[in-house]
Amino acid sequence: MQDWKLKQRRTIRIIGTAAAVLSLILASGRLGPRTVAAGQDPSSTNVVAIDNFTFTPTELAIPAGTQVTWINKDDVPHTVVSVDHKFKSRALDTDEKFSFVFQTPGKYQYFCSVHPMMIGMIIVK
Amino acid sequence: MSKYIEQNLDRDGVDRRGFLKCMAWAGTGTLCLLQGGVLKSFALADVLQQKVEHLTGDLSFVQISDSHIGFNKAANPDVTATLREAIAKVNALATRPSFVLHTGDLTQLSKAEEFDTLSESLKALKTDRIFYVPGEHDVLNDNGEMFHQRFGQDTQGDGWYSFDAQGAHFIGLVNVFNLKAGGLGSLGNEQLEWLKKDVAKLKSSTPIVVFAHIPLWAIYPQWGWGTDDSEQALSYLKRFGSVTVLNGHIHQTMQKIEGNIAFHTACSTAFPQPQPGHAESPGPMKVPADKLRGLLGITEVNLIRGKHTLAVVDSTLQD
Repeated sequence: MQDWKLKQRRTIRIIGTAAAVLSLILASGRLGPRTVAAGQDPSSTNVVAIDNFTFTPTELAIPAGTQVTWINKDDVPHTVVSVDHKFKSRALDTDEKFSFVFQTPGKYQYFCSVHPMMIGMIIVK
Repeated sequence: MSKYIEQNLDRDGVDRRGFLKCMAWAGTGTLCLLQGGVLKSFALADVLQQKVEHLTGDLSFVQISDSHIGFNKAANPDVTATLREAIAKVNALATRPSFVLHTGDLTQLSKAEEFDTLSESLKALKTDRIFYVPGEHDVLNDNGEMFHQRFGQDTQGDGWYSFDAQGAHFIGLVNVFNLKAGGLGSLGNEQLEWLKKDVAKLKSSTPIVVFAHIPLWAIYPQWGWGTDDSEQALSYLKRFGSVTVLNGHIHQTMQKIEGNIAFHTACSTAFPQPQPGHAESPGPMKVPADKLRGLLGITEVNLIRGKHTLAVVDSTLQD
């Protein structure tokens, strides 16, 4: 676990965040919800990539208290806006990030207010 | 090949052959003459050789769109340069346009310096006035406050308005606010009510020109290319003999005739976007540098009074 973490940090430092995001997507697959078990280090799996006008993963399940970070990989600005007005990012340009800590269990639907056909869901357990 | 409708299977005033012929010219110089709801299409080359008569109208204006000042990615690293080329193209037209409509996405990120560059560049346009409607890129972080301060004076609500020119009624609509999750462009009830009242006093013979950023017809909802409540808006315009709807947003020319309503979308001055469904997403389309200017352009519109005719001519920066 410790070695893995160190290795991950080095990867991020050397190759950059983009590669880390990509590897996460590849490791998890693009379809279906992903779950982070309680007690597991959530830092490696709480990233949502915005790529090709899609939130990936579209649905992410996390334990309460987890921070989720969105990274825009597109050439156009996107936003991350809660349908229930719980959180709202500014417009994220290419490679810009937005983070939010989910304290309360529940289902949080969100969308891009610039391209509203882009929708996603965070499930907090 | 006939230039008139031969088959009208869907009763929408468009036959497949005429539509494809028109589409084939999109991006290379198209002229579609709309006469009493009948589509006549001509190659721009024929127009330039004066094979087509009666093209000079009582009113000439130009539509430009989607300048995206501030965009600097591979699809076009210098959008200010291509905007200037578009302006030069407008200034070189045989007929000086009475005014220019900018159908939104002036900027990429709604930044003050982007609006400044846009305004400074457009000062070179040889025309009397420029009318604007916002695109979603112009109202990103401040609910459109900066856009409205600069371009939205004398407008209603979120920035809609109308004006009259040479007997035609022009309506600028705004469909980029209060977008709902999973939805498309939105006009909203307040604007729809205003529109209903705005056209109520007009004679049915008045030519109507509607302009808005996101298309008011369902081009490709999967990519957000449509407006949720456009049907209601268009229902208020059904009694008019000539309605022309001009949109931007999709960075390519498309046209459709539905009854008395002619729809048309303009090219961007910044970068092209893929044809509907021809890519994973509607993001900026990268093309070889020598192809770019063939996919950017301007739209000239001529109103010919007494004939219910609007002649819409697209030309690229390369033509």
